[in-house]
Amino acid sequence: MNIVVAIKHIPSIADDLPVKGNNVDFDSVDFVLNEFDEQSIEQAVLVKEATGGTVTVVGVDMIGELDGVLHLALAKGADKAVKITGDDPAADSHQQAKWLAEAIKGMSPNIVFAGVQASNDLDGQIGPMIAAHLDMPYIGGVSSVEVAGDTATVNKEFAGGFGAKYAVSLPMVVGVQASTKPPRYAPISKVRQVAQTATIEKVAPSGESSARLTMKKMAPPVVTGHAEMFTGSSKEVAAKIVDLLKSKGLA
Amino acid sequence: MSNDIFVITEHMDGKFSDVSFEMVGKAKELANAWGGQSVSIVVGSGISSDGFASDSTIQVDDETLNRFNPEAYGKVIEALVKEKSPRLVMFGWSATGMDLAAWLSARLGKPCVAYVKGINIEGGALIVNSQIYGGKMMADVSPEGDMAIVAVLAGSFPVEAGQGSTAATQIASPVLLDGLKIKFVEAIKPAAGDVDITAQTKLVSIGRGIGSKDNVELAEELAKKIGATVSSSRPVVDAGWLPRTRQVGKSGLKVKPKLYLMLGISGAPEHLEGMKGAELIIAINTDKKAPIFNVAHYGSTADLFEVAEAMLELL
Amino acid sequence: MAAKFEKVKSVEKEHAIVDGVDISGDWNRMFEQRVITEYTPELIEKVADIPGAESFANCYQCAKCIPVCPVDIVGNYGPRKLYRYAQTGMDLTEAPELWLCTTCKNCLRVCPKEVDMIKIMPAAREQAILAGKFVPAELQQAFENTAKTGNPLGQPQRKRDAWIQNAGVTIPIIKDLARPVDVLWYVGSYPSYHPRGIDAASAAARIFSALGIDFAILGREEKDDADSQRLAGEKGLFEMMAESNIATFNNYEWKEMVVTGPHELNAFKNEYPKYGFNRPVSHYTTFLARYLDQLKPLLKHEVNVKITYHDPCYLGRHNGEYEAPRKLLEAIPGVELVEMQRNRENGYCCGGGGGGMWMDSFTAKHTKMRLSEKRAMEAASTGANVLAVACPFEVSRFEDAVKSTGNEHVTVNDILELLDRSMRGEQ
Ligand SMILES: Cc1cc2nc3c(=O)[nH]c(=O)nc-3n(C[C@H](O)[C@H](O)[C@H](O)COP(=O)(O)OP(=O)(O)OC[C@H]3O[C@@H](n4cnc5c(N)ncnc54)[C@H](O)[C@@H]3O)c2cc1C
Ligand SMILES: Cc1cc2nc3c(=O)[nH]c(=O)nc-3n(C[C@H](O)[C@H](O)[C@H](O)COP(=O)(O)OP(=O)(O)OC[C@H]3O[C@@H](n4cnc5c(N)ncnc54)[C@H](O)[C@@H]3O)c2cc1C
Ligand code: SF4
Ligand code: SF4
Repeated sequence: MNIVVAIKHIPSIADDLPVKGNNVDFDSVDFVLNEFDEQSIEQAVLVKEATGGTVTVVGVDMIGELDGVLHLALAKGADKAVKITGDDPAADSHQQAKWLAEAIKGMSPNIVFAGVQASNDLDGQIGPMIAAHLDMPYIGGVSSVEVAGDTATVNKEFAGGFGAKYAVSLPMVVGVQASTKPPRYAPISKVRQVAQTATIEKVAPSGESSARLTMKKMAPPVVTGHAEMFTGSSKEVAAKIVDLLKSKGLA
Repeated sequence: MSNDIFVITEHMDGKFSDVSFEMVGKAKELANAWGGQSVSIVVGSGISSDGFASDSTIQVDDETLNRFNPEAYGKVIEALVKEKSPRLVMFGWSATGMDLAAWLSARLGKPCVAYVKGINIEGGALIVNSQIYGGKMMADVSPEGDMAIVAVLAGSFPVEAGQGSTAATQIASPVLLDGLKIKFVEAIKPAAGDVDITAQTKLVSIGRGIGSKDNVELAEELAKKIGATVSSSRPVVDAGWLPRTRQVGKSGLKVKPKLYLMLGISGAPEHLEGMKGAELIIAINTDKKAPIFNVAHYGSTADLFEVAEAMLELL
Repeated sequence: MAAKFEKVKSVEKEHAIVDGVDISGDWNRMFEQRVITEYTPELIEKVADIPGAESFANCYQCAKCIPVCPVDIVGNYGPRKLYRYAQTGMDLTEAPELWLCTTCKNCLRVCPKEVDMIKIMPAAREQAILAGKFVPAELQQAFENTAKTGNPLGQPQRKRDAWIQNAGVTIPIIKDLARPVDVLWYVGSYPSYHPRGIDAASAAARIFSALGIDFAILGREEKDDADSQRLAGEKGLFEMMAESNIATFNNYEWKEMVVTGPHELNAFKNEYPKYGFNRPVSHYTTFLARYLDQLKPLLKHEVNVKITYHDPCYLGRHNGEYEAPRKLLEAIPGVELVEMQRNRENGYCCGGGGGGMWMDSFTAKHTKMRLSEKRAMEAASTGANVLAVACPFEVSRFEDAVKSTGNEHVTVNDILELLDRSMRGEQ
């Protein structure tokens, strides 16, 4: 089984995001692994443990700091790490998906995992785009994967506990919402040991694709730092809340 | 090439989701401005689709499309879009729309905007407002070319504008649907045992201000009225008023619902850690200095019992 | 806490005839040789074989440790019991018991055999973590946060000095100062990020300024000391943080270091020397006690409260400082200081040590009540209306605990806040 995990390095939203021109100021933010990719790495390793095979993690090196993330993935059970030397923090999801798809093609994957979404996916997610380029079926919002022979059985989540089970003939691309078990812990001593011994394969970016979007303006929403207060009698307050909920389709 | 707008509607068990109507309402407005048609697209089998206000409704009916199948649905939508070349294709940014929008975009090489909160036309061109980085950034983007795809966040537009009585035209699937690689196996229902609060889109969350176990019922009632689930701060769980599975926070669960309605929670950092990413936070707390008001979007210092009861009357 | 392992077979004989006398009954064991082989030493050896955990095998079951173990007081715990559980089938590296010890050191204080949980626990936990066994989810989160963002709260590193904006005095950052200072103040993670910790840090800054101390902080270059993560079993993480912090400390010229928290004191004084850092470090209470003569005239406003002081395990038992905090509190005009029953060497643990800070729900599941709650009740029983603390973990723990035990009338304050209040009056 060739199991591939496509990961994404994105600006951390734990911090305030500074804006420069029409985009995030990539020089003054920390880049972190997309949180859903932690789930998809775990899911890939679980599948490997159940069926055998190798897990290859591949990502675009946006700012030259991807190694740390790849080492962590190796410490958690991935077997191989590949980085595409993109070196362009503003490369959009379309471009990244194309680069990833080209790199993955050569790995003859049986199953490709991607985090279901990333918070910076302005132009849609990586997973379905990779699937389109590789001409493989895609299912996102997945919360469990079992592979038997060349069929994968996946559970897709809708909302409120509802979902559907699908049987898919491989190869396929899976968008992982949550791994079957919570992501395991990689002890730092192991991560550091991996960092000293592991080799990360470098691949030049190949293929071109563009989101074809022109950014007109990017700005943080206006925040007041304090709730807008509803005043009046309890009945009036209740009415205002109900109106608010209705206007947002929440009641 | 047309100035039509396609709305890819969503349904489950024969019922359309609110975002479908929201999009139809918006599509009508945009189609008017462009001099095109708004078209609701229904992909499914044997459902009644005569409730949209669009200029027309196309219902692709096939036994195979009975259940959502991203591969089959994708093929059908791709074929329709290729044939009719609409100006804009709208999906919901939902469990189903998310599987299709970016895929179609890559298949057709057309631009796509996700997390869409607003769509406007300026000088004939589309300006799409998108909420990214977990809501920390609002971006205005304009898609290039003659066709664009958007994936709209639920709650962005009014539902009513999309409700109407246009009769649907049934057509057969424009593509062959055999040899599919994805097969629907079975539906998954919420597991027995307690609900998973992390999977809920709406939470009514109660804190020590709820006072006693008996009062939890009031919150349950309110939650039921708006289709929400009751969660809580830790003291409520410690007191045994709710099971541990309902605790939000540092030592509980991290939630990110669309609505987090808080009754009698002060907003300790340990609680905030579990819910500050919620999209809409409304806090009712009699203490005007409660730290929760620095985090909530809306608040009131009214009595939670009075507000909850008044809301129940209004809903 | 129910034991999950089977009880050992009874050594009593149902029927026994000794010297022709029928002594069948449950009391007959004293006439027969005790069958020691019914206990297995394997699981004791399994722990004692882990480097660092050797003293686990020393225990001779005298039970002196049990009445002083804070976890036993709210549950069923202590070294003697762990030894006994191991004898009767518990594998410590896989049992929930592995995570309950707060490394408070009270057992070691009384143990005649020097069974040292402060070494046993980190070693056994490290082995469990390396073997990929169960790690409580909250703890895993704290580890990951520390590795990623340099603090267990998961707050951005570049915001580590954001708090200084609102402290009301200038707080120099050593990098910007670009000159040697007398005192390098290591602020710590909770005082930098937790709102109640920031209150204490801001008070400290005002006190240092008022005393005219030439100090500076590391600002964004400071990282968590990671001592509690070490005690919770993540030695690799501790080493990584220690290397980074030591390099930063050595980058600048300063005469002595002051820390806000006892865990940092323990790290820099007792652990970092193993990695080559050997510089004078003191807790703020020790440091300020040296300035008592200058400080007293600044304490102009009466603070009319009855205070009881909680000895942090890592300030008291681990590092021997009991008097400085009390001297500082007594220096505040208007204060009446009362002691809790368990004080000084026998102080009761708040539950936050040894990683307990990040296992709150896990521990709560295996005990009758939280340690912080037990302690809050003890504090309230003295009649005090202020519970004074000197550790940044404690304010949030006790504020929660006074509420959950119905003792809201007791206010929880860091000694720094109380000194500051006396200096500036009620704000
Ligand atoms: C290590 C640790 C981990 C923790 N983990 C968590 C966690 O995971 N989750 C969590 O929630 N907490 C956690 N806590 C506890 C946390 O510190 C707070 O104590 C807790 O969140 C407070 O809960 P609360 O807001 O319900 O209660 P309170 O702080 O007592 O607030 C009750 C509020 O209700 C208001 N109120 C009272 N009556 C009314 C009324 N009639 N109408 C309107 N408002 C009213 C009051 O003004 C008050 O603000 C943790 C604490 C520690 C130390
Ligand atoms: C759970 C538990 C289990 C234990 N199990 C056992 C056990 O199975 N077997 C066991 O032996 N112990 C056991 N012990 C230890 C036991 O309690 C005693 O500590 C031990 O038996 C004392 O040994 P002792 O009499 O040799 O030494 P001590 O108590 O030190 O007595 C030495 C005696 O020698 C006398 N003496 C000294 N010099 C001279 C001299 N020159 N001439 C004459 N007399 C002299 C002294 O007056 C003194 O009475 C156990 C303890 C615990 C807690
Ligand atoms: S160190 Fe403290 S908590 Fe741990 S076993 Fe000893 S007395 Fe109990
Ligand atoms: S005090 Fe020491 S020797 Fe005695 S029972 Fe406890 S651990 Fe064992």
